[in-house]
Amino acid sequence: MGLKQNLHKLKEKYRGTKMAPAFNALHTFLYTPNDTAQGGTHIKSADDLKRTMNTVIMALIPCLIFGMFNAGYQHYLAVGDIQAVTNGFFSSEFWNLQNFILGFWKILPLVIISYGVGLGIEFLFAVIKGHEVEEGYLVTGMLVPLIVPIDIPWWMLIVAVAFGVVIGKEVFGGTGMNILNPALTIRAFLFFAYPTWMSGDKVWVEGAVERTKEIANGSTADAISGETILGSLAQSHPVDYSVLDMFYGFIPGSVGETSTLLILLAGLFLIFTKIGSWRIMLSATLGALVMGYIFNMVVDAGWITETSKFYGLMSTEFWHHLIIGGMAFGIVYMATDPVTGSQTNRGKWIYGFLIGFISIMIRVFNPAYPEGVMLAILLMNVFAPTIDHYVVQGNVKKRLKRGKLKTA
Amino acid sequence: MRLLSKKDSKLIMDPLADNNPITIQVLGICSALAITAQLKPSIVMAISVIFVLGAGNVVISLMRNIIPSKIRIIVQLVVVATLVIIVDQVLKAYAYSLSKELSVFIGLIITNCIIMGRFEAFALANGPWQSFLDGVGNALGYGVILVIVGFFRELLGSGTLMGFKVLGDPVEKTGLYAIGYENNGFMVLPPMALIVIGIIIWVQRSKNKELIED
Repeated sequence: MGLKQNLHKLKEKYRGTKMAPAFNALHTFLYTPNDTAQGGTHIKSADDLKRTMNTVIMALIPCLIFGMFNAGYQHYLAVGDIQAVTNGFFSSEFWNLQNFILGFWKILPLVIISYGVGLGIEFLFAVIKGHEVEEGYLVTGMLVPLIVPIDIPWWMLIVAVAFGVVIGKEVFGGTGMNILNPALTIRAFLFFAYPTWMSGDKVWVEGAVERTKEIANGSTADAISGETILGSLAQSHPVDYSVLDMFYGFIPGSVGETSTLLILLAGLFLIFTKIGSWRIMLSATLGALVMGYIFNMVVDAGWITETSKFYGLMSTEFWHHLIIGGMAFGIVYMATDPVTGSQTNRGKWIYGFLIGFISIMIRVFNPAYPEGVMLAILLMNVFAPTIDHYVVQGNVKKRLKRGKLKTA
Repeated sequence: MRLLSKKDSKLIMDPLADNNPITIQVLGICSALAITAQLKPSIVMAISVIFVLGAGNVVISLMRNIIPSKIRIIVQLVVVATLVIIVDQVLKAYAYSLSKELSVFIGLIITNCIIMGRFEAFALANGPWQSFLDGVGNALGYGVILVIVGFFRELLGSGTLMGFKVLGDPVEKTGLYAIGYENNGFMVLPPMALIVIGIIIWVQRSKNKELIED
């Protein structure tokens, strides 16, 4: 007897009891449910929530794999075991098994924790409320390990995921009802609760925190400095990475957000499959470019000189902002969240543009919050319903006017 | 023999639970967010409000028949302001560092909606003894929430309680800190107070379904 029959039997056994949603969810997750609606006047589409989620997860896998290689690469580069890449995107220094193994064993626990805790809470709430378990956490669970620093202590991640899922989502009524993007809620919680583990120049390379502590205790080990490019720019330090390194993603940063190239491909994939909104992606990119360009012009006009603390980030070429930090990752995977983003087409343009615009503004004006894109998306999540409201009202007014013209 | 009649004890007990000024009426939130990062200021604030509201309710209740209703708000303000200044001066004299820490929020007790609310809703229409009980009850209800929030924010945010390092020393890595625990910096920020109050509201309403509005 296969797993499917066993599950089915279990499900029948618990039908109507308190634990029923948990078994139902497990069954639906693994197999097609056996009690789907038959006939009737339904519009048929294969694009259910599960397929949408799976498509996004497929788009995230390259980032995850790349993150594993990059974790090892950054570590061995910092301790001096390997040389920096020389040979473009397919350099052997980067794509070797040693890098991957280190990254794999560091990142796999993060993925397991994220899914384990998050889905555990979803199951718990479904059982308490007698709902069905929704697939909403599948994407969040994959996003979370990609947007945290590699050395984040496991217990912090557990606390943050529990907080994010309960306060960010379940209190509002679960998947589809949340105001804020749960993955970003989790990251924001970590960022404000444990800033020493979430920012600065010691957290982005595997082992850096521990080594720094050893050095503080008198060990002779070399320090690993893994400053992100945004961190360097904010302090007007020189940046050692070439533009191509930044684009390919051979730079320190959160686990899965460094490779703009892969994110760009994934973005195209999401647009092609019509899962992600091209309006939001395009307008957010435009917003970031416009804001970056304004800052460049301010520098060109001589209003900001090298003595200013804003000089480093303001004078950054405006299009570089797209390839450093989590900007691209945020635009492609977070801003396009259909639940928390704007629903109307015109609303999407406004929503996306403001995300890009505000991200760069926060980045430049508040170097203490280097990852402006996180805060910008959370902020615009809050405003999305308001934007939609006015877009709809505007349309209503326009059509009323048109109606009056005709009758007159 | 009972100390309080059934009706009187209801005046004290109701605001503590099912008619709590913070969690049910959602009044007095500003100070609850501002001063609850530590337990000690929360307790001092609670005591101050108990004094001001208890005494104020009695004074207003005694004067209720001679206050012209057109200027009653001004009279009420004068009474609160007097009491608040007394609290402020006492704190400055006997607990200067605490009074520094609470800064303007003692003065802002005047604007605490709970106080004017109780004057208007209760003291103007009831005798001094009942008004006293009502004032103390409401202030206690406010204080209880303050202390709960302050307890969790100080414990999780700073790892201390009333200034004592109950979880060990974060610098010397003793106690919980030895196994890698760290303080939650978010707890110290005001938004977390709002979330903690939200959780209290959540727990309270899921225990007593009658409190859920429509």
